[in-house]
Amino acid sequence: MSWTPMNIVLLGIVCLFGIGFYGLLITRNLIKFVMVLQILIKGVVLALVFAGKLSGNLGLGQSTAATVIVADTIVAVVGLALAVQVRRRFGTLDVPKISTLRG
Amino acid sequence: MNGIEYVLLLVGAIFCAYRAIVSKRILTSTIYLACISALVSAVLYLLGAPQVAVMELSVGAGLVTVLLVYAVSVVGEDALDPASVIPKPLAFIVVGLSAILLGWMVYPSIQLSEQAGPIDLASVLWQNRVLDVWIQIVLIFSGVMGVLGLLSERTPEGSKEKHS
Repeated sequence: MSWTPMNIVLLGIVCLFGIGFYGLLITRNLIKFVMVLQILIKGVVLALVFAGKLSGNLGLGQSTAATVIVADTIVAVVGLALAVQVRRRFGTLDVPKISTLRG
Repeated sequence: MNGIEYVLLLVGAIFCAYRAIVSKRILTSTIYLACISALVSAVLYLLGAPQVAVMELSVGAGLVTVLLVYAVSVVGEDALDPASVIPKPLAFIVVGLSAILLGWMVYPSIQLSEQAGPIDLASVLWQNRVLDVWIQIVLIFSGVMGVLGLLSERTPEGSKEKHS
């Protein structure tokens, strides 16, 4: 494996994915969940543009990346609104404590 | 070495991502998240996607950071991340193996294509991907509703919260 810019970007994408999944596994705070999702989506955006550049169709990669950025922002807004309302209702942001499902 | 700028930017982004995950204080993690957005947008610019880089910088490092700081200011003392349920070494091993497997599967299939498609974002977005534009409009409308929920001061009925 030679250290070309493309390989470096690919390695960076895999590392961002890995850190994002690690964060999803260890995080219990609702607001931090939203932040971890943001990190994952940054890896996705980078991967989409990277795939567009590799396939010679950068416009398509940029278009899908732009859609993902918009969707990601809406996820962040709705997730934070949900977290604020959960904090007001249950008094905590800890996911195991607010889980009301039994069994 | 060719591509030293990619190395510097991506190592910075990965370091900030790790610090954002392991920081106990949410506000510190928010600052690191903004740094990741700035570094990733620089990488996007280097890859030849300036429009997406500008979107990422303005939305990721600007709007989302402001929203996170506002949410942290609303929840106040509760903005600390408790210890994880899953043991951290176990999570690290699982994720490390998954990342190695992902890279091992993806790397052989990657080769730079010589064919050049349409590069202009505007022509792709307004001619080939018009449905995406409509979806984005609907999503932005949903986001406005979400901001109303975020800014709502009304406490839901049956609240268990005792303190004001």
